[in-house]
Amino acid sequence: MEIKVLHQIMDWNEDVSGEVKETLSAHQICMINVMGSPGAGKTSLITSLIARLRDDFRVGVIEGDIAGQVDAERIAGLGIPTVQLNTDGACHIEAMSIQNILPELPLDDLDVIFVENIGNLVCPAEFRIGESLRITILSIPEGDDKIEKYPLMFTDTDCLVLNKYDMMPYFDFDEPRVCANYDTVNPEAPLFRVSSRTGDGLSELADFIAENIRKAKL
Amino acid sequence: MHELSITEHLLEDCIRNAEENHASRIRVIHLCIGQLRGIVPDCIQIYLDMLSEGTIAEGAQIKAEFPPVRVLCRDCGKEGEITPHHLQCPHCGSLRLKLLSGKEFYIKSMEVD
Repeated sequence: MEIKVLHQIMDWNEDVSGEVKETLSAHQICMINVMGSPGAGKTSLITSLIARLRDDFRVGVIEGDIAGQVDAERIAGLGIPTVQLNTDGACHIEAMSIQNILPELPLDDLDVIFVENIGNLVCPAEFRIGESLRITILSIPEGDDKIEKYPLMFTDTDCLVLNKYDMMPYFDFDEPRVCANYDTVNPEAPLFRVSSRTGDGLSELADFIAENIRKAKL
Repeated sequence: MHELSITEHLLEDCIRNAEENHASRIRVIHLCIGQLRGIVPDCIQIYLDMLSEGTIAEGAQIKAEFPPVRVLCRDCGKEGEITPHHLQCPHCGSLRLKLLSGKEFYIKSMEVD
């Protein structure tokens, strides 16, 4: 016997993601899901953005890692409320993990929470975590074919950061190819060219984020 | 490997659905997976084999269909189908496309006893 089901498989995660969103919105907090490959520069970018945003906003960080707390210690060293979320081997963060860890942050005293997702271009894209903004980082040394290979990571993001842009002269990175592909799969979302190392392009990205933090206050 | 937690929930959904339909065994689970998603049915099958032991879904087979990515060209205005590896309008070659579908991921039907 055949039975029709037509059941959306990701509903269990989407439902919890919606609940996290409500909790955050009650506290007028903007949560930012930062995704990218291992070594794309997620921690460095978050660190640089904290330096630019902390005078105007109260920042917290959830550091996702498969194991260990090297990155969390680096951020906590800046005097920012930071919690470590170890996934014990799992390749992504789910909404449920965020829901469980949120009470460990001082939600009444925060305007923005950066979530550093697990370094990976496949799995994190499949899971909403209650964020109001998604940032995908692609660093120049990774190569120019990533949008074609990992489409969901780029179709479902709110902005793309081309990081380590100062490395451009040393790599055969076909920037027009990336821009065209990104415009194809995600025409509304902005693209930022950034170097966390030199600071180039950071202020444009920080302005875009500040605008989104203010939106969460409305 | 994100398929592991997905399969846990998939199995719950299937068993609940089968029980609602008074089925005693799940033979085949038909999934629909859009080509823009990074979900591998073989991985789901392996996890399902592990997780379904001792349940009415033990031995169930995953069969997946992959509906094409449909786009609307923002230049020539025509609709068409593409693959994620050739992000180009099949009619005029334009790169300025609007995605219409390709992110589906749902249980379509089940074959049960």
